[in-house]
Amino acid sequence: MNSLIRSTARCLRSGAAVYLPRQADGCVWSASARFLCASADLQKDLGEMVKKDKVVVFMKGTPAQPMCGFSNAVVQILRMHGVDDYASYNVLEDSELREGVKTFSNWPTIPQVYFSGEFVGGCDILLQMHQNGDLVEELKKLGISSALLEAEKESK
Amino acid sequence: MWSCLGQFSSVTIELIISKLTDTLEPVHLEVHNESHMHAVPPGSESHFRVLVVSSQFEGLSLIKRHRLVNEALKKELSSCVHALSIQAKTPEQWRSNPSLAKSPPCMGGSRGDHTVEEKLKAGRE
Repeated sequence: MNSLIRSTARCLRSGAAVYLPRQADGCVWSASARFLCASADLQKDLGEMVKKDKVVVFMKGTPAQPMCGFSNAVVQILRMHGVDDYASYNVLEDSELREGVKTFSNWPTIPQVYFSGEFVGGCDILLQMHQNGDLVEELKKLGISSALLEAEKESK
Repeated sequence: MWSCLGQFSSVTIELIISKLTDTLEPVHLEVHNESHMHAVPPGSESHFRVLVVSSQFEGLSLIKRHRLVNEALKKELSSCVHALSIQAKTPEQWRSNPSLAKSPPCMGGSRGDHTVEEKLKAGRE
């Protein structure tokens, strides 16, 4: 019932309206109408979510407890660079988010990494950026000094 | 000259090889079924690693290269392929570093994941 109220509110906010005869259980919204309204709203929310924080990760599990090797690799790479303060969203907790972010990014897999609202890529790309030094540069552009750079300075 | 490697002939591997060959005309292509490294039943075809070496990647950023691969395998990614690891190199990059990257160890995320179960079912059909 709660999800129906949430979906209805989303639709009313976005101006969409689909009016159907009452079903036996009292619902007036068809499943497909609810889905379309919720989807459009999620795409808008994602647009805001990826910009709200400098580093945003959509992953399986959480940084404290990743539930996938590829997501864990992203967490570990960021950790190596001293990036521990970032927004992470667990797609395993929300199947709408899981599918919605794939549509939003036009990218078929999880994890997904955003820097300053711009899609960077998944685990493979972040790993290659880490290996070729690009990640240090990209973090610098975000105003984040990589811990690896600091460690290198200290060793000299 | 190109060489193509794939473990056990399977419909999914053949499809991946064929689509990547047609769209990217690789000089070297490897398609590895890594499903056995993940929390899915034996014989699954859900997790793949591809290494594509193509001159079409020249001048393209990593993300643009990966998007080309994703686009070529769009149908498979929306049906039976759950995870796709990609290495996309130019012929020069391949010559200077002819190595296949390794996937990180699985953390069991596919276990009990109904999305993965649906993909495995799609792959079997």
